[in-house]
Amino acid sequence: MLSFIALASVLLVSLASQSEAIWVYTGWDRHALVGSEVRLSCSFFSWRWLSDDVTFSWSYKPDNARSSISIFHYAGGQPYVDNKGPFRDRLEFVGNPQKRDGSILIRNLDYNDNGTFTCDAKNPPDIVGRPSSVRLLVFDKVPVRAGVITGAIIGSVLGLVILIVAIYFLMRFLVARRVLNLSVSKMEKGKKGKGKEGSQQRQMWSLFSPRGPGPVRHPRPVQ
Amino acid sequence: MLLLLLGIVLLHIAALVLLCVSTIVSTWVETSGSTADLWLNCSTTNGGSHCDPANTSEWIQAVQATMILSVVFSVISLFLFFCQLFTLQKGGRFFLTGIFQILASLFVMSGVTIYTVKNADWVPEAASYGYAYILAWVAFPIALISGFIYIILRKRE
Repeated sequence: MLSFIALASVLLVSLASQSEAIWVYTGWDRHALVGSEVRLSCSFFSWRWLSDDVTFSWSYKPDNARSSISIFHYAGGQPYVDNKGPFRDRLEFVGNPQKRDGSILIRNLDYNDNGTFTCDAKNPPDIVGRPSSVRLLVFDKVPVRAGVITGAIIGSVLGLVILIVAIYFLMRFLVARRVLNLSVSKMEKGKKGKGKEGSQQRQMWSLFSPRGPGPVRHPRPVQ
Repeated sequence: MLLLLLGIVLLHIAALVLLCVSTIVSTWVETSGSTADLWLNCSTTNGGSHCDPANTSEWIQAVQATMILSVVFSVISLFLFFCQLFTLQKGGRFFLTGIFQILASLFVMSGVTIYTVKNADWVPEAASYGYAYILAWVAFPIALISGFIYIILRKRE
């Protein structure tokens, strides 16, 4: 048992020191309408504590270009946004580096903004890692995802059919219960009729025994 | 009586098979070397066949939904037929079975009509209708007739 714990801890430590790489996460792709704004999120995971020298950098590669240009950099606690390139006056830093979030917001999108955005985060001394990319697709009309309308139509029609069947069975059950109640009350009326005959019999008995103050109470005859 | 029963069940199963084939096989339109709709667009290049997912416009999704619903309703109707065969009183009519089968045929008709009217949006001009589309059109009257037979039929013996 002790040897197992020792082996596990050695393995964990070696794993931690070997994979001291930083893992950067962005989305896979983003869809947006022309003229609207889009938030490109970027966060990272690192085995080290958050350092004061954490850096984020975003770069942009248009769809048909071969090289990318840098559009955003955060270092030493200061964000530096694009002031000369295609995103000047449209880019804003909306991330929170204390929470390992380096997201940017791009306003007033155009068809020329289609392309790949790459985020690279570094958390010294944890600097070995791969940057992560997100594709931006700008539409004039956001397309419906496959299967949404299909599922909605199928679900609503089947739900309606099940509802109708349930209501039908409920009505049948209620009507049957009403019929049962009616028949039970008829049976009780029949029994009360027999009870009236019994009270007539008691009055006859009281005539025969005048000493009693009132009608003599006899036990109900068992039939 | 048994022969009549067998004939009716065969008709129902024929309608069901036509509906299934038309829904599952992706051959509603054909051009030379490629087939498309309802689920995949497959094209055969000189190497082999390569398939992409079909267009995701709202109308194709509506056609997909109505075809699936027609298959489901036809299956439910077959199941109800066998249930009602053993539980119905003598002289009773197979109303529920007939209603579900007629609903299935109406769903096929609406699906194929939507496809016929709206397919110009995503289908190229040179394409012709494939066999799955034709089978869907054939399944509609067969299912309708089958449903009416159930409504008219009275249980004997």
